[in-house]
Amino acid sequence: MNPLEIPPEFHIMVDVGKCQLCGRCVQECSFGALRRTDKIEADERKCVACQRCVATCPQRAIMVVDHPLAFALHGTWTEKNRRDIWKQAETGRALLSGTGTDISYPSLFDHILIDSCQVTNPPIDPLREPMELRTYIGRRPRGLEFVEGDSGGLELKTVLPPSIELKTPIIFGAMSYGAVSLETHKALAAAAHEKGTVMNSGEGGLHAEMREYGQNIIVQVASGRFGVNMDYLKLAAAIEIKIGQGAKPGIGGHLIGEKVTEQISQTRMIPTGTDAISPAPHHDIYSIEDLSQLIYALKEATEYKKPILVKIAAVHNVAAISSGIVRAGADGIVIDGFRGGTGAAPTVIRDHHGIPIEPAIAAVDDRLREEGIRDEVSIIASGGIRCSSDVAKAIALGSDAVAIGTAALIALGCRICKQCHTGLCAWGICTQKPELRRRLDLNTATRRLCNLLDAWSIELKEILGALGMNAIESLRGNRDRLRGIGLDHTTLEVLGIKPAGR
Amino acid sequence: MRIDAKGLSFKELNEKVREAVKSGASEVELVNVNGQRFIGDGLTTPVTIVTRGSAGNDLGAFMSGPKILVKGNVADAAGNTMNEGAILIDGRAGDVLGHSMRGGKILIRGSVGYRAGLHMKAYKDKNPTIVVGGTAEDFLGEYQAGGTIVVLALEHDNGRAIGDYVGTGMHGGRIFVKGAVSKDQLGPGATIDEVTDADRSELKQAVEDYCRAFNVPVEQILSHMFTKIAPVSSRPFGKTYAIQSGDVPPKT
Repeated sequence: MNPLEIPPEFHIMVDVGKCQLCGRCVQECSFGALRRTDKIEADERKCVACQRCVATCPQRAIMVVDHPLAFALHGTWTEKNRRDIWKQAETGRALLSGTGTDISYPSLFDHILIDSCQVTNPPIDPLREPMELRTYIGRRPRGLEFVEGDSGGLELKTVLPPSIELKTPIIFGAMSYGAVSLETHKALAAAAHEKGTVMNSGEGGLHAEMREYGQNIIVQVASGRFGVNMDYLKLAAAIEIKIGQGAKPGIGGHLIGEKVTEQISQTRMIPTGTDAISPAPHHDIYSIEDLSQLIYALKEATEYKKPILVKIAAVHNVAAISSGIVRAGADGIVIDGFRGGTGAAPTVIRDHHGIPIEPAIAAVDDRLREEGIRDEVSIIASGGIRCSSDVAKAIALGSDAVAIGTAALIALGCRICKQCHTGLCAWGICTQKPELRRRLDLNTATRRLCNLLDAWSIELKEILGALGMNAIESLRGNRDRLRGIGLDHTTLEVLGIKPAGR
Repeated sequence: MRIDAKGLSFKELNEKVREAVKSGASEVELVNVNGQRFIGDGLTTPVTIVTRGSAGNDLGAFMSGPKILVKGNVADAAGNTMNEGAILIDGRAGDVLGHSMRGGKILIRGSVGYRAGLHMKAYKDKNPTIVVGGTAEDFLGEYQAGGTIVVLALEHDNGRAIGDYVGTGMHGGRIFVKGAVSKDQLGPGATIDEVTDADRSELKQAVEDYCRAFNVPVEQILSHMFTKIAPVSSRPFGKTYAIQSGDVPPKT
């Protein structure tokens, strides 16, 4: 017995009266916390509260609860601090985490309320009035020119830049094949296809079986350029240059060699077992001019037929950077707030770098408006979008659409056990192990994602109706319809909203 | 087919090149090239493009198949994320040559700038090759994940074949440099390794390619001693992170 062993976080209780020793829980536990002898024995140190055993026990005989072990209360030295130090003292290594930050920073979305119509400005009933959620992602011309056509009518002279049409302003954010399973990738693509939106390949290339969904896929070009070839660029609806990610701004991606299996090696186009390293910067990009060069290299390669988006993490000077991105020639900006999810990130970066998405949207929208270029590009906001009201607030603060990642995974069954980086996901979402991947049924997964999009879209229409609007476009940047509650003067000013009551 | 690049923007020039390729031209000659970027970008047909003048950045980016003969110098990032094909530069090349290239070859008669072969990869039968006739500046083969870089140092700018910080973050592939390399010139992740028989035959092939391209006698080059620079590990991040709770990774 090692007295310095880190105590368990969770307590597993098996009801011996109900348990029939079938061993299902032992098979289901991908973290190896359960063992069958003459009873079910638990190594609680390995339990991550993924709830898989609880959900699959035919007898409903298992319960997982917070471990009752007392950690003497201390205002400075939280249980988390103590656990982190123990782990670092044991391993001498940096801590790694999955999902977005679990530190409870205040949420600005939760301090923003949406207006509603009463008496003088009648609301609209979405059940009987048409409601438009259609959104276009891409560059918009500064103006439209018309010429008189042969038949006497007017014809559009302006050549419209390429754009993608979304039936709802919600897309699936970038999650790479490698971070998530092929089944997850396929379900996201199939649901995007069915519901008229797009998913994002992430930076790990595309599996051959994803090709059929090309027109519902944004492909990513990151600093590692994994899986980037002309096939990949040509089949996509749009291309996204990944500069940064909300969960790990300023940090590259490292897919550890253990996860570079034969299949992953094929889509990333690298040998099996090697670390797949995306360096923190693109080494051909050190300035806005350099960024412009990559944007145009991609436009030239795809003959100006696809929007080129640039994704950045929300950081302090996000507004100035975004202005540069527009001027570099990007057709859209994807801003990922610090709450954004990740398959694996150094915990210290995930928990302490970047800024929330709410002020980032407002700052970027303000800056682009001041410079008279907001209308030229689309803004997609992501990083902690949890519900339809977050979508509405993000759009009212100034974005065109939002991207969701973690919310989509929760729809698939994710319990937020935060173990994505281990590759042992018991729900078959964040894993490459065939026996775990099988747990995610593609049809069920696709249906659940479609349902989530439907549910949020219905709610968005309800929100618009209450606002007396019949198009999501009317909400974009309409901060006059938001009010802050419990926010200080400066934060209100940054968000560009008034306090409730004003 | 011949295209006069004089006064054309890169967009106009590349559109003409694409049209020529689509119309079935097997060789396209571009004259009066003066810094236009993205020549041959994204082309996937096995066409030969000859450029006369100074080619701009990102020549042959993303391309998969064509052969580009550059009669003159080329600016930065030639062969960026190139998948297949060949770029022969009868002159000098700028920085980040062959960034993330996955296949094909780039031969440069003269010297190259900083960070040549950056994050170059290899995959299955694809083993990209860069042969530099002159010298290479600092950070040669940075983050190199695969492929082969050869520096012949037939002409010297500053008295040594390669600069400093060679192979920084290198985790695959190999670099051959004519003559001796000081350990001080290596970046973290790179080491000096023994030249094997397999290396010698690969080196011979690369040198022959170069000599054929630029009419240089092979024998006198191959008679020199070459230093091989190789990665210390294919897992540079293997010991950085504590992965799973309750699971202490082995101290390797």
